[in-house]
Amino acid sequence: MQLTTEQQAILNGEKGETMAKVMRTLVQYGEVFGAEKMVPVTGDYGHLVLSFGLTFLGPVFDLYQKLIDEGCLSGQKFTCDPRPYDKNVPQSLLQKAVAKFVFGKQSRYEKQLSQLGLLNEDSYTCTCYLDEIGNTPKAGDVLSWAESSAVVYANSVLGARCNRNSGIIELFGSIAGFVPYFGLLTDEGRKADWIVELQTTGCPDAQILGSAIGMKVMEDVPYVKGLDRYLGTELTDEAKTYLKDFGAATASNGAVGLYHIDNLTPEAKAQGESLIKENAKVYVVDDAELERVKNGYPCIWKNKDADPVLCFLGCPHMTLQQLKDWTDRIEAALQEAGNEKVLVPTVFTTSAGVMKEFEKTPYAARLKRAGVIVSYICPLMFMDNPLWQDKPVITSSNKLRTYTTARFYSNDEILRIITKEGK
Amino acid sequence: MKEFKGRVIAKGAVTAEAVVTKQGFNTLASMQMMFIQSKTKCVDQSNPDLYKKLLQGKALCLPQTIGSTTGGMFLYSAVKSGKAPACLLFAKEIDSLAAAGAVLADVWSDDAKMPTIDKLGDDFLNYVQDGDTVTVKEDGTVIVDR
Repeated sequence: MQLTTEQQAILNGEKGETMAKVMRTLVQYGEVFGAEKMVPVTGDYGHLVLSFGLTFLGPVFDLYQKLIDEGCLSGQKFTCDPRPYDKNVPQSLLQKAVAKFVFGKQSRYEKQLSQLGLLNEDSYTCTCYLDEIGNTPKAGDVLSWAESSAVVYANSVLGARCNRNSGIIELFGSIAGFVPYFGLLTDEGRKADWIVELQTTGCPDAQILGSAIGMKVMEDVPYVKGLDRYLGTELTDEAKTYLKDFGAATASNGAVGLYHIDNLTPEAKAQGESLIKENAKVYVVDDAELERVKNGYPCIWKNKDADPVLCFLGCPHMTLQQLKDWTDRIEAALQEAGNEKVLVPTVFTTSAGVMKEFEKTPYAARLKRAGVIVSYICPLMFMDNPLWQDKPVITSSNKLRTYTTARFYSNDEILRIITKEGK
Repeated sequence: MKEFKGRVIAKGAVTAEAVVTKQGFNTLASMQMMFIQSKTKCVDQSNPDLYKKLLQGKALCLPQTIGSTTGGMFLYSAVKSGKAPACLLFAKEIDSLAAAGAVLADVWSDDAKMPTIDKLGDDFLNYVQDGDTVTVKEDGTVIVDR
């Protein structure tokens, strides 16, 4: 890799041994992918994936302490994934006690985050790109982010440029101020390896379509044709919300860092099918294929007929409009069923910023009356507690399904379960 | 016995028993319970090749890793805590998350290593089976013996 004089000096140790190791990590990481140079990080803010003080990630916190002690701090402020714990989420005393142990380093880690460059106390969310949070990159910005759902959104919907960086690497990029130039930062790396032909009879469930595509293309770039029939050709709030959930499923069920939606996402609108590589593979998605994918999800509850004890919606975090829409849907469904409150303890997760805006609307009181709890946590990390492993939890998030024992249902199925059937 | 040659991502020599997945290895989904297990076992419900199998100390043979961008830091922590596979052997080009884990362990750990080789080819993954003895050499040579 060709380094500038300044970069070479850092590598040689002119800014200390720790900074030299940060540099060596970025160089060695970039060289794996044939990077020939570093490019400046041009986005205003970073985004970190590690938000939880998991007791057993001690080696990471030790490394971060070394960075702080040596003055190797982030050159830009950053947002961070959601916190793992909220006492308002229904749980037993024993589960609370275990959570305190599992996330025993939370206070230490949050102090480290403040020292390293956390934007503010409301910065804990996976949907940092929403208006209420304000970490919204511009098209063409080079980012040093992690969090798979945020990276795929920034690349695909906003047209920013970011690799699927791992935790720690993303912080190193924000500290150094530059990142190795490869993959999704390059024009060539943003071309599509797959054409996805959508032939469904209606608008597919974003979570299942994303899952199907992710599992098929893995880390390749798909160019999706036919989705604009349902989402339109403008990035409305509704379209962006759909793409948020779709992208998270592509990134967690596979390893997608960028997708193009024909006639809709910025690069597809600007460059059209010239984004598709020669000899791109084709994946046809119809109703039967989506059904096959959904039926293939395993359920690993010990008792597959158990009644659910908890329902999580909002992985990734819900938007303000999603909270409002779900309030309307739940109220109507409860009324139709003759019930006053949800029959399964239900938690909607969203960012602190969106929660504050939601609280200003009449919807907040209505949702509370329906028995739904709104929380700022990461449900995925919340369930990273051994005492949740054998509990029947349901969700319509394909990301949460992938990483936990939660069972997947479509949004319509979830609505029916929590308002009418209770199981 | 069959010999394969790949690219060295993190240098090292080791001999270990193979454990094989033909589908992408979801690091977080697979290893998130490693710290409460006496030895790291796969807990990814979506990976029938590996589910409930021992990973710690094994030669993990895989196409690539997928899923959460915590992947690299989980691998790094696993290496530093002695809970990691003995080595990672990729049939395809390594992905960015696994590469991060391998490089972080290589640069920031003096005492614990996780030799990592990629580009071993589809033939490698078609040939190697659970229980095979795998020997990794520092030049990227991988010998599979059964």
